Amino acid sequence: MTATLARHGWALGLLAVLVILLVSTRIIQPNFGASGLDSLARAALPFAFATVGMAIVVIAGGIDLSIASIMAVAGVIAAVLMQQMGDANAGWAVLIVLLAGVGMGAINGALIVITRVPDIVVTLAMLFVWEGVALLILNAPGGASAQWMRALVAGGVTLPGVPIEWTSWLPNAFIVLVAIVLIIWLPLRRTKLVLSIYAIGSDQHAAFRSGVPVGLTRIAAYGLAGLFAALGGLAITLSTGIGEPIPGPYLLASVAAVVLGGVALTGGRGGLLGPIIAVFILRTLRLDLTLLSVDPNVTTIIEGAIMVAVVMVGGILAMRGRH
Amino acid sequence: MTEATAGRPVLDARGVAKRFGAVAALRDASLTVRSGEIVALMGANGAGKSTFVKILTGALRPDSGHINLDGQDRRFASPAQARRSGIMPVYQEPSLIPDLDVADNLRLIDVATAPFRHWVNELGIPNLGLDATISHLPLATLRILDLAMTLAKEPKVLMLDEMTAALPTDLVERVLTVVRAQADSGRSVIYISHRFAEIARVCDRASVLRDGVTVGDFVIEPGVEEKIVDLMLGGIPTRAAIAGARRDADVSAGTPRLRVRNVSAGSKLADVSFDLRKGEVLGVVALEGQGQDELFDVLSGFQRPQAGTIEVDGSPASFGHPADAIAQGLSLVPGDRKDALLMLRSVRENIALPMLARPSKWGAIPMRQEAARVSEAVERLQIDMRAQGEVRRLSGGNQQKVTIGRWVAAGVQTLLLFDPTRGIDVRTKHQIYPLLRELAGQGASILFYTSELGEIALACDRTIVIFGGKVVDIIEAEDATEQNLMRAAYGLTEKRRQDTATEVTP
Repeated sequence: MTATLARHGWALGLLAVLVILLVSTRIIQPNFGASGLDSLARAALPFAFATVGMAIVVIAGGIDLSIASIMAVAGVIAAVLMQQMGDANAGWAVLIVLLAGVGMGAINGALIVITRVPDIVVTLAMLFVWEGVALLILNAPGGASAQWMRALVAGGVTLPGVPIEWTSWLPNAFIVLVAIVLIIWLPLRRTKLVLSIYAIGSDQHAAFRSGVPVGLTRIAAYGLAGLFAALGGLAITLSTGIGEPIPGPYLLASVAAVVLGGVALTGGRGGLLGPIIAVFILRTLRLDLTLLSVDPNVTTIIEGAIMVAVVMVGGILAMRGRH
Repeated sequence: MTEATAGRPVLDARGVAKRFGAVAALRDASLTVRSGEIVALMGANGAGKSTFVKILTGALRPDSGHINLDGQDRRFASPAQARRSGIMPVYQEPSLIPDLDVADNLRLIDVATAPFRHWVNELGIPNLGLDATISHLPLATLRILDLAMTLAKEPKVLMLDEMTAALPTDLVERVLTVVRAQADSGRSVIYISHRFAEIARVCDRASVLRDGVTVGDFVIEPGVEEKIVDLMLGGIPTRAAIAGARRDADVSAGTPRLRVRNVSAGSKLADVSFDLRKGEVLGVVALEGQGQDELFDVLSGFQRPQAGTIEVDGSPASFGHPADAIAQGLSLVPGDRKDALLMLRSVRENIALPMLARPSKWGAIPMRQEAARVSEAVERLQIDMRAQGEVRRLSGGNQQKVTIGRWVAAGVQTLLLFDPTRGIDVRTKHQIYPLLRELAGQGASILFYTSELGEIALACDRTIVIFGGKVVDIIEAEDATEQNLMRAAYGLTEKRRQDTATEVTP
């Protein structure tokens, strides 16, 4: 019981911080309501997917600097395909995009495993490679996205028989995020694959000695990260309606959220709940600073500072724990 | 014990060889283990034991040789494959994942809970919670868990690497009993240990490795220890002539340069006391992992001791940083040159660095003075300057001379040499021993750990032997034969220890 509490203590703390931030948003801007929450959730959606993907590779003891570029490739593929295939076949387009995401992630992972070049170098190089690929597919913002899909992530939830004023507080985008993460992660959570991902991140040599296929597990972790990055790219295209080949600011933001979410940068420790809450904290913080008309550039300074502070506190706690 | 020849051979390895670059770690290793038999695999440091173990368990691939399991020729590509075939090791370092709990670790390697529970109880840890995170458990418990997991998978061949090293005595008893029972019920066990007492108790045979070659196979019987020790050494009584008039009469008098009392650190260094006198070369002999690494780390300021005192020239000293130790005149020459030198910089810069390292000397470098001292050190150590532009291009021996020379040039009075001749050619080695004698003759004190026992007689005045984190023997130069040192290093000097114990306690 205490172990469960300790395991989720960090996430609960983050949830409390998020509630405080939302309340202060309401205080700063009294007319912040359902539509505010909706735009917050929609803006957070690609960040949340990027963060989940990043969290998985960081848990596996790696890092993926190319995550924003993979999102860009996925976003433009989605925009181009949906334009060509029409609204009715958008489902197929989504499937192709997701497979492309898994493929790109797996290529990252395979390069790291086969060449034995450090992950940070490989994915830094792939950042430029995937960026180039995105521009090859679509050299300027364009394409289209299916209307019915856009509607899925816009507005609030409607339930028959329940007054709209109640349900509209819950944004569709948030439901989509939770549903997708649960559908992908819940069945995986108790598999040997995810256990192996934690194992190689926690102690690669011990995992190897235990007979865990370290290389294959690493490739799978990057493949999963690619899948979530593709979902993130899809979310961008759906929320803007067009494909954008230039990668957005998702790299720093996702690493910051992963760290704030309680995932150890050294690997092996953490979950997905904390990082997702952390995404909303960082987005709300940004919103509050904007509402307080603080220079938007200051927000990146704050995100960077939070990252260093959280890693430092984590390091101190780890040293305490050892004694 | 069981009839050694009764069972059929389960594992049979022949002519196994493995090279790492230019170094032949294994040349011709073989091992036969029958069912129901416990075979000890023995060898001195660097004999190739760990390489052989890694090959047998699939962590390394051999260059040549055959591994026959149950009558089939096998070549394991990974530890996972070896495990599937039934060869299951319990390594010295636990194979458990630190951030997962016990239950997840069981799930990861497909171990059922019930047999695991059974073995954990049998091995003496009855109230273990399956939700305990591995990183929160003590090392001894982890080793027991590792063994229990392996037993629960019903191995054909159980390989135990220094299984009892981190265990308290009651758990050692349990482990030995369980392992013997396993063999008696028909399982095969490879038992790697430095402890003769345990080998005599549970093992049926011992196989001895020397310089990568299997040189002998003994049935365990009373008195076999001496034969094994002789064989590990090569049976040659290598007592090199000690240079006459080595020790000045007044060396042992006066305040010692270094006075170490009851120092402990980490999990291995338990309680070490000794004096390092002025003008003395004091040898340190120990098997791998007996606490010598921690001792040198403590003395050179890399690690703080948990207990005990260190006095330098009679006044108490405490080092929080290597710079503190250096300020007191103590500097470490590590076995790995890469840890000490700036590999891409020149010989001159490397030698001059310790002289200039103090912040008070951050200003302009007194070029002429520096050049003179560097030249003097180069001259004195006969460093080959042909490739002086980048230290990494020097031979290993010359690199080691630079690491020693830089402290000589800086005027350091106490050198802590940790296996300084590892991987150095014979000629250079024989230049280093007289150099140590010469430095000692000029008043320097040298603590000299070596993994090559033959070096002790060539350089040391006295030698302390560390076993299980404690000084178990002090051997004077005239008694420092390899046999004596080896026996002491294996903890086989019960009687002599009592005679010399008076010297340890002040």
